[in-house]
Amino acid sequence: MLFGFPLLSLIIWLPILVGIAILATGGDRNAQLARWIALTGSILGFLIALPLYTGFDPATSAMQFVENHVWFERLNVYYHIGVDGISMPLILLNCFTTPLVVIAGWRVIQERVSQYMGAFLIMSGIVNGVFASMDAVLFYVFWEASLIPMFLIIGIWGGPNRVYAAIKFFLYTLLGSLLMLIAFIYLYQSSGGSFSIIDYHQLPIPLSAQILIFVAFLLAFAVKVPMWPVHTWLPDAHVEAPTGGSVVLAAIMLKLGGYGFLRFSLPIAPDASHYLAEMMIALSLVAVVYIGLVALMQADMKKLIAYSSIAHMGFVTLGLFLFNAYGIEGAMVQMISHGFISGAMFLCVGVLYDRLHSRQIADYGGVVNKMPAFAAFFMLFAMANAGLPGTSGFVGEFMVIMGAVKVNFWYAFLAATTLIFGAAYTLWMYKRVIFGAVASPAVEGLRDLSKREFALLAILAIAVLWLGVYPFPLTDVMHVTVDNLLDHISNSKL
Amino acid sequence: MNFLPPDFTPAYSEIFLLIMVCVIMLADLATGEKKRYITYYLAQVALIGCGLLTFVSFSTETIYTFSGMFVDDSMADILKIMVYVTVSAVLIYSYTYVSERGILTGEFFSLILFATLGMMVMISASHFLTLYIGLELLSLSLYALVALRRDSFAATEAAMKFFVLGALASGFLLYGMSMVYGATGSLHILNISEAIQDGVGNHEVLVIGLVFIVAGISFKLSAAPFHMWAPDVYEGAPTAITLFIGSAPKLAAFAFVMRLLIEGMGAMVADWQGMLVILAVLSMAIGNIVAIAQTNIKRMLAYSTISHMGFLILGFISADWNGYSASLFYVITYVLMTLGIFAMIMILSRSGFEAEKISDFKGLNKRNAWYALMTMILMFSLAGIPPMVGFYAKLAVLQAVVNAGFVWLAVAAVIFSLIGAFYYLRIVKFMYFDAPETEEPLTVKGDVKLLISANCLAVLVLGIFPQSLMGLSLYAIQNSM
Repeated sequence: MLFGFPLLSLIIWLPILVGIAILATGGDRNAQLARWIALTGSILGFLIALPLYTGFDPATSAMQFVENHVWFERLNVYYHIGVDGISMPLILLNCFTTPLVVIAGWRVIQERVSQYMGAFLIMSGIVNGVFASMDAVLFYVFWEASLIPMFLIIGIWGGPNRVYAAIKFFLYTLLGSLLMLIAFIYLYQSSGGSFSIIDYHQLPIPLSAQILIFVAFLLAFAVKVPMWPVHTWLPDAHVEAPTGGSVVLAAIMLKLGGYGFLRFSLPIAPDASHYLAEMMIALSLVAVVYIGLVALMQADMKKLIAYSSIAHMGFVTLGLFLFNAYGIEGAMVQMISHGFISGAMFLCVGVLYDRLHSRQIADYGGVVNKMPAFAAFFMLFAMANAGLPGTSGFVGEFMVIMGAVKVNFWYAFLAATTLIFGAAYTLWMYKRVIFGAVASPAVEGLRDLSKREFALLAILAIAVLWLGVYPFPLTDVMHVTVDNLLDHISNSKL
Repeated sequence: MNFLPPDFTPAYSEIFLLIMVCVIMLADLATGEKKRYITYYLAQVALIGCGLLTFVSFSTETIYTFSGMFVDDSMADILKIMVYVTVSAVLIYSYTYVSERGILTGEFFSLILFATLGMMVMISASHFLTLYIGLELLSLSLYALVALRRDSFAATEAAMKFFVLGALASGFLLYGMSMVYGATGSLHILNISEAIQDGVGNHEVLVIGLVFIVAGISFKLSAAPFHMWAPDVYEGAPTAITLFIGSAPKLAAFAFVMRLLIEGMGAMVADWQGMLVILAVLSMAIGNIVAIAQTNIKRMLAYSTISHMGFLILGFISADWNGYSASLFYVITYVLMTLGIFAMIMILSRSGFEAEKISDFKGLNKRNAWYALMTMILMFSLAGIPPMVGFYAKLAVLQAVVNAGFVWLAVAAVIFSLIGAFYYLRIVKFMYFDAPETEEPLTVKGDVKLLISANCLAVLVLGIFPQSLMGLSLYAIQNSM
């Protein structure tokens, strides 16, 4: 805690204010100005988030950097924010991703630049707010508010079928969240008038009510994760979103769901979580196996990566409901690592799309001949996506599989099939796109990475390798929090 | 026999407004067509004067006068001030629109002010007759306002429909009131309340009276299944009049429900609660589902109103101060949003062109990014998405409903509002995702520009800091009950 300095508030509100400033630059005459403000603002946002890590005390599971003010008394709502070992890495991931997204849209976005950049900055702040909120209403406000910029990003700058995708995305997520709101109101009543999430953690709830609450949360978070069978919005949204939108969706938005399980479902309804764990594990395994097979058959690169995201997020939900430290820490590592890898994969597809305006695998072939540097980066990320040891993709998956073995060998067996399917769909796509003879005159004309793209992918490559080789800095900060959480959920709340 | 003059102080603002309307009517005769703006300014002065009078005599306690037929309490004062602000905004928004369509007549102003007076009387009524007089003054002025464009077929038809159905509803209401009178022997709301509590009067007669009263109320609120007039009137009336009908009278309707149902027949909560549940669910269902099929923006907003009235009724169902204050908060925020969206429709309309279709919003972001942003704020607020104020209104109402033990009702409400989100989103979609049909720039007068921005930003700012308005509604209810 830096002398009561409201660091966390700054991390939330600075990007939002910068975003508003960018909007104020107006039309496309000032596009360059908008870009530079966005870049400065997002890098600044990342820099001010660093003290969260350096100042973080990994020895406690209590909330840190806490700020608590009355927001409105009528319903006992507080502006209560804080971070623990679960939310802090996710905030850092978000702040890390924002500058990348700004750079990725630097040249590609030529229309309504200020609105594009502004939307991303505002969303970055809102997402930080989601991770930091310790009050249910505050959480809900940020949670829902994050839909608005994403809706616009998909709808304005997306592909041909963008309107359908945007509305589907919005309504799907709204459905889940509205039921979560009812759960919050119910908890407010039964806790005697409190919206504090920490109060909810301690609140005894009968099993029948816990199950209903769990289901309400499940709908909200399962849609976000997304879990099978409510995943269908994701491929549409991803395919139609601009590259930056896909990156944020995959790297950040999906994590909101996983985070929701950790912050709400597990600690508030632990008995229901145990009671329904097998169902959750089954749904997760369906996502891992079935969606992995679906990914294999995709002809569209973005769709393929979108399905692989769903499969990877299946690992996250699987890990969460194993109720052991390997599982939950593995899920956390998987979330962070998936943030890097899926972001990188979408950026790679974006690089190709910017040049050829096609996402169809069949339109490519032999790209390595023309873009060797790109092919190298793409290779690294594809391997990471397939879970190659030494990359971050391996660590999370391995930990979750270890956790699964402890519970049931067959869970682990089914989960481990992802190492086969993941390798199959990623590398097969890689082979068809990158290797072989130059497929068409269009491919013949490809230019290799620009400096900007090179820098972007290099940063992500470092992150992926670093987390793969030395994940300790990440597991260290979350270890105590996760232990405490496990301890908490092992006690019945009936 | 000694004649004691009644205490006029609580009714100063009503008396002032009445005098001002007469002055305006006379002044308008003298000024004529060219100097109609004088009438406009006089009307604004009248509203400001009323505001000052009400503000200065703001009552923290409940005062009865005119032999207990008229009441002045905090709720009345707060609602009246809201009404002045709303009507004043209506006049500012509609000036250009109305003058371009040749209905900027003296009657326009005097009818609006008479309607305002009617609302004030309704808000302050503590007697069935006062309530009825206020209601009729409001309704008759509205019928005439709808028909102001005599040459418009749609407007005349709407006025006719409005009048016939409105008269029918008034008949219902009077019939119900007479039943209650028969059972309790009084028209004073306080006496009725006491009589019902003491068990005086035949319960069956009271229930029959209650049914008619609830029917009358739901007509005035445009709650389903008594909503049929709303889409036609909203569509047929000139947009400026729709703006007026859709905004301020909802505040009066809130007071109407409070006075009749809560203060008067609060002891019969077991009887009216069930009726309100049906009304609320039907309104939310019909409003939200039918709105999807609309292509006319005004019709769509009429259905949206119906669904919002369903939400408003939810607050009454919980039958405690918590719910009533939630409803009050809801109605205030609703009026704020309605003002904004109809003003936006008028901004999109030009002389000789009526923005009627939802598709008229197409490409607004390209034509004018600021107004698109403002409309988007309104739309998300109407859909109940935070951080707009519409969310807190829904939150407060839902909390009251869950508090009263109707969790299923809350679940139904959120499912219908999810359906509702679709057609609000569709407008955002038209504005942001589609290409404009016309490149014609929007010409907006300075005061409208300022007001619409303030209006829409208020929706956002009140959403980020809802404390003040929530506290105010809570205060109004707790201090008056």
